[in-house]
Amino acid sequence: MNHTALSLIELGAVFFVLGVLGRLAGKIGLSPIPLYLLGGLCFGSGGLIPLTDIGGFTHLAGEIGVVLLLLLLGLEYSAAELFTGLRRSWTAGLLDIVLNAAPGAAVALLLGWGPVGAMVLAGVTYISSSGIVAKVLGDLGRLGNRETPVVLSILVFEDLAMALYLPILTAVLGGVSLLGGLEAVGISLLVITVVLVVALKFGRYVSAAVDSPDREVFLLKVLGAALLVAGLASAMQVSAAVGAFLLGIAISGSTAENATRILEPLRDLFAAVFFVVFGLNTNPASIPPVLGWAIVLAVVTTLTKVGTGWWAARRQGIGRLGRVRAGAALVARGEFSIVIAGLAVAAGAVTGELAALATAYVLLMAILGPTAARVVEPVARALHRKTAPKTTPAEAN
Amino acid sequence: MNVEVTPLPGIGVRKDFATRTGRRIGVVTQRDGHIELIVSKSDDPDACAASIPLTADEAGALANLLGAPQLVAQLTEEHRDLPGISTRQLPIKPSGPFDGRTLGDTAMRTRTGVSVVAVARAGQVHPSPAPDFTFTGGDLLVAVGTGEGLEAAAKILKYG
Repeated sequence: MNHTALSLIELGAVFFVLGVLGRLAGKIGLSPIPLYLLGGLCFGSGGLIPLTDIGGFTHLAGEIGVVLLLLLLGLEYSAAELFTGLRRSWTAGLLDIVLNAAPGAAVALLLGWGPVGAMVLAGVTYISSSGIVAKVLGDLGRLGNRETPVVLSILVFEDLAMALYLPILTAVLGGVSLLGGLEAVGISLLVITVVLVVALKFGRYVSAAVDSPDREVFLLKVLGAALLVAGLASAMQVSAAVGAFLLGIAISGSTAENATRILEPLRDLFAAVFFVVFGLNTNPASIPPVLGWAIVLAVVTTLTKVGTGWWAARRQGIGRLGRVRAGAALVARGEFSIVIAGLAVAAGAVTGELAALATAYVLLMAILGPTAARVVEPVARALHRKTAPKTTPAEAN
Repeated sequence: MNVEVTPLPGIGVRKDFATRTGRRIGVVTQRDGHIELIVSKSDDPDACAASIPLTADEAGALANLLGAPQLVAQLTEEHRDLPGISTRQLPIKPSGPFDGRTLGDTAMRTRTGVSVVAVARAGQVHPSPAPDFTFTGGDLLVAVGTGEGLEAAAKILKYG
């Protein structure tokens, strides 16, 4: 069999299995991300069926997956929303950073992975998965709940924090000096500010530039613009993903809605490849040694996220049940933890163990998050009843 | 009535208010146009007992069920002692002849003697619309006039 034929067969088999896994995830009400990672582990080196002929395609496709993930995230927000979100949630956002980045950094230092490893793992444990959280909130019918805006504004803050964190991380992973690192931070801060201001004042011109009534032209223009901006950002050391995110913010209004609709299937495809590639590059044998730490991190960072949500919701005058719901909604980690770990692994600046730990951690959290959001209310009610047995159960309504 | 408008970044907007019995009731409008009717729980005002997805048609229908008949009933009651004057609801059909045009364009008073006293739109009543009031599909006009005049007015709105 020639090489192309073999590649096509392997790629087809991978996509087909991912489709089956995705359907399975939908049936049991889970995010497909952990299953994609598992799929990658099975197909990768040291897995059940190692596939080696599709590396060229999957590598680039994975990169495009990250660009599309961030572009669509940016398309979800308008610059005005980001500013109000930032104003409303910055204290909770800071608490979120401190509480949830610290466990990751601490474990990395304990395991002797040095400051770079600490920075990477801090990012992995810090960032909630806005994709999983938004989906769970919608599925559970909580969009109208009073604590939901609190949860969403924390997510907005986290996504903006990523726009700062990723360029710094790219610079650090590139092994630049302190001065070079500061320069990268300076450049990225400047670029982000300029883009936000441009998006706020001239967003419609950016939108008009990529807009087109023709589906095909529009798809090519918006995808081309995203890859161009991502590439340029990458050349400026600002991280390709952040470039795409900022472009997404600058595109607004109905252009953004159309772009989301047209790019969603592409994003799903390429992002799935990205998760698989990450799994492919992780040797399953390296997971058991770090599984204990992954469980410790999962338990600790579940509690710290619940604490963050609790505190943020209490500040907005939300009742006890609403506070635990807000906390539990934030627990899920997913795509961005993998994006961060993926950047680090690709740069070769961290040990393979870190990738294994990140994989195990995200596997746990992507399952634990939606489950926590679902069971938190009955559990909290049961606990409440136990501690206060004399109150009559509230009327079912 | 204090309707609270809360942005939901990345999703849409929530508009709700507290009823006298302490429950919140309102609407979540998602970015893609999906509308959800929300009703808070009685024992936990932060949470929703129901969030019911509605199509645009269903939302319009619900708004009219709640808004317009009450107004018409009230006006009919007030006009009971004035023989020959009645009140009627007249719909503006989506993509009908007056969807997107103004009250002035209908020349209603000149042609039929009927007065449009209010327009019910998406659950809100706009009283005494001016001639430059622009209709959209799904609006419900509350019109006062003679029986014949109202009949003619309905025809004008339907056929232009």
